[in-house]
Amino acid sequence: MALPLLTAKSIDKAFSGVAALTSAELQIEGGEVHGLIGQNGAGKSTLIKIITGVYRRDAGTVEFDGGEASFINPREAQSAGIATIYQELNLVPLRSVTENIVMGNEPRKWGGLIDWKTANSQTKKVLSDFGLDLDVERPLGEYSTAIQQLVAIARAVSLNAKLVIMDEPTSSLDDKEVAVLFGVIRQLKQTGVSVLYVSHFLDELFEVCDRVTVMRDGQTIGCHQIAETDKFELIAEMLGRNIEDIKSAGMTDFGGGEAKRGEVLLQADNIGTDNRLRAFSATVHRGEIVGLGGLLGSGRTEAALALFGVDQLTQGRMVFKGEGFEPDDPVTAIRSGLGLLSEDRKAEGIIPDMSVRENLTLALLPRLTRAGQIQRGREREIVENFVKALGIKTADIDQPIRELSGGNQQKVLLARWLATEPDLLILDEPTRGVDVGAKLEIQSIIREYVDRGCGVILISSEFEELVEGADRIVVLQDGYSVSELENPGISEDILIAAIAHHHDEVSGANA
Amino acid sequence: MTQESPVLENSGSSPAKLGSFKFDLRKHGGLLALVILLVFNALVTPNFLQPQTLFVNISQVATIAIVAIGMTMVIATGGIDLSVGAVMALAGALAPLIFLSPFGVEYPILGLIAAFTLPLFAAAFCGLFNGVLVSVLNVQPIIATLILFISGRGIAQVLTNGNLQTFSNDAFSYLGTGKILGLPFQGWLTLLLALIAFWFVRRTLFGRYLLAIGGNKRAALLSGVPVRPVTILAYVICSVLAGVAGMIVVAINSASDAARNGNLMELDAIAAAVVGGALLQGGKAPIFGAILGAIIIQLVKYTLLANGVEDEVALIAKAAIIVLAVWLQQARKE
Repeated sequence: MALPLLTAKSIDKAFSGVAALTSAELQIEGGEVHGLIGQNGAGKSTLIKIITGVYRRDAGTVEFDGGEASFINPREAQSAGIATIYQELNLVPLRSVTENIVMGNEPRKWGGLIDWKTANSQTKKVLSDFGLDLDVERPLGEYSTAIQQLVAIARAVSLNAKLVIMDEPTSSLDDKEVAVLFGVIRQLKQTGVSVLYVSHFLDELFEVCDRVTVMRDGQTIGCHQIAETDKFELIAEMLGRNIEDIKSAGMTDFGGGEAKRGEVLLQADNIGTDNRLRAFSATVHRGEIVGLGGLLGSGRTEAALALFGVDQLTQGRMVFKGEGFEPDDPVTAIRSGLGLLSEDRKAEGIIPDMSVRENLTLALLPRLTRAGQIQRGREREIVENFVKALGIKTADIDQPIRELSGGNQQKVLLARWLATEPDLLILDEPTRGVDVGAKLEIQSIIREYVDRGCGVILISSEFEELVEGADRIVVLQDGYSVSELENPGISEDILIAAIAHHHDEVSGANA
Repeated sequence: MTQESPVLENSGSSPAKLGSFKFDLRKHGGLLALVILLVFNALVTPNFLQPQTLFVNISQVATIAIVAIGMTMVIATGGIDLSVGAVMALAGALAPLIFLSPFGVEYPILGLIAAFTLPLFAAAFCGLFNGVLVSVLNVQPIIATLILFISGRGIAQVLTNGNLQTFSNDAFSYLGTGKILGLPFQGWLTLLLALIAFWFVRRTLFGRYLLAIGGNKRAALLSGVPVRPVTILAYVICSVLAGVAGMIVVAINSASDAARNGNLMELDAIAAAVVGGALLQGGKAPIFGAILGAIIIQLVKYTLLANGVEDEVALIAKAAIIVLAVWLQQARKE
């Protein structure tokens, strides 16, 4: 019986006395695709960072490939055969595909010059193993994120990796790209390479993984053959809850959706921008959640940016609270009573070095100011109220936001907008990358907010969230709004059908 | 220095304590360097503990410190301002031109008021120019401010025909030679400006926005921060402070030399800001850190000069300080 490829035993790790891992375990067999799941803050990334030499462990042992492994930096782990593909790719977009793949191991010819011919053909071969046929002399940045991700994997494999760690690899991929990635993962497996697959999307685990390890509160809760478990069991373990409770509650927490539809709040009529929004129409009433459905690139985020004054209108008109509305910038949009929770929490949401307090009040700040000076007492009071009301887990409201888990960061950003008491709140992927617990909490906060008579536009790539959460769904395709669905009565199948349905005369089909 | 690290409770956050040694070194490294310099000078440098030495150093450090305050604000937005030395020369050249003009001679009071204010307006205009290039036209700060770095001094020299302008005007010279409670006027002025800047950064909407822009510009924009006006204002403040420093230099010398006033000041000011803990990628504005940085740079210069070390060597020492400061910053990031 072959030894496992990687065995991590009773790993302890504490940061300034606070335990992040308590006797965590992980075992990966050779040629296995192993899932790793847990809520944010469960210790997944800490464990990975210990395995790859980013952090030092306090106690425990790691064995890799038959030997004791104590890597002191990621480079050492990499040369031992552990490659990590991060969410943010560490490749050089302006250099060619070949250069990215052979970087550090360039084939040489006489005189120490790089032998580009060999390099290119090597690269072509590595990529064709994955079924990719690229012009390897073109800059990497010209290809999609998915391709770049595959190139990163190809690079790892060309460096003779025995274990490839993928941290949320699909979060920026569309369905087709995900399918290609899964193909590659299966191929890796066939060649005997193991994959550690970290993901929030449970469905994906069932598709590609052999086994899955569940973590909670810094401990390893269980390890299952994927064939012998189901979604409910995994969620129950992740949350530390009872399976039956979850089954009866349904998977999202938007509540009944009573749809006390009030007066018209916002009306957008055939609006378009230079940013791939061609003709978008929608109506939002007070007290309702309007979902925007569609594939990646269908114009959902672009519609949000147009409403919020980030992108200027090139056509169409908007009416907001009964008046013509065309914001020049977010400042005017916010003043008129809009809020936008942006899609990319890291790049567009948090200000990492600022405290929870400063992040939370950023949009509200003009109203907290008297004669240019911030009223600090009021600021603290408001922040403390929101931290309590939303259950934000932070040591102190002056803690830098970057130290919070993803779900808590998202709650702070949600509070940033709730604090401004907007009439219409646009939420772009409000629960992406947050754990199941925080997700349910965020969803119920949103529903509560709507019930007070405000309007919400909800953008989500999770069909389940849209179907259960939205009162109506406007479906987009290629920058056009093409149809509208109304709850009750929407099912995931109906939504998918609407998204997939080909609209020939899209411009004429506005609802 | 900033008091960024919050008092944490038992459940406190991890990295603060994890890196406590490095963090402390970074936080107190400047003070430590200051103490070492003072002790060394007290022991080695002749006449260091004389009041005269203090006056000389205060009047020298004031200009660096005042410019460094503005530089810190610009750096906080993630920018940089290379034009401060040129703006000093420009403002410094304008002031005597105004009170020496026929108008200034005929109406001395009005002339003096104009001599104090018009150069600052000119400086503000320079800042507006820089700020608009950076935030509206999206020119990289280092290139945008290079324009005035080159042309600002040129304009100043054209205004003065490239001549040294000497004057005797006691009221104007007070800026450089006056004393309050026995200490140089410009020392008090620096302290006052630093206090105002500190309050501005820590307590006002503008200050919070400044740090938000440097911390994450896109997030700031989407949260309703008026990114352009705030960035422009930072450059305007920086230029106006440079203008003040330029006039102080002229007042000290009772002469304006457009070719030398503020020469290499941009480097001293950037060095002072960095030694003081400003991050070049933005998001931090340690005003008193910049003052400390300016004092350290001035003391190193003085120490070497007073002990007969040549000017060229002093430049190398200055570079070493910057390397050390940047290294400490890097150490903290990890």
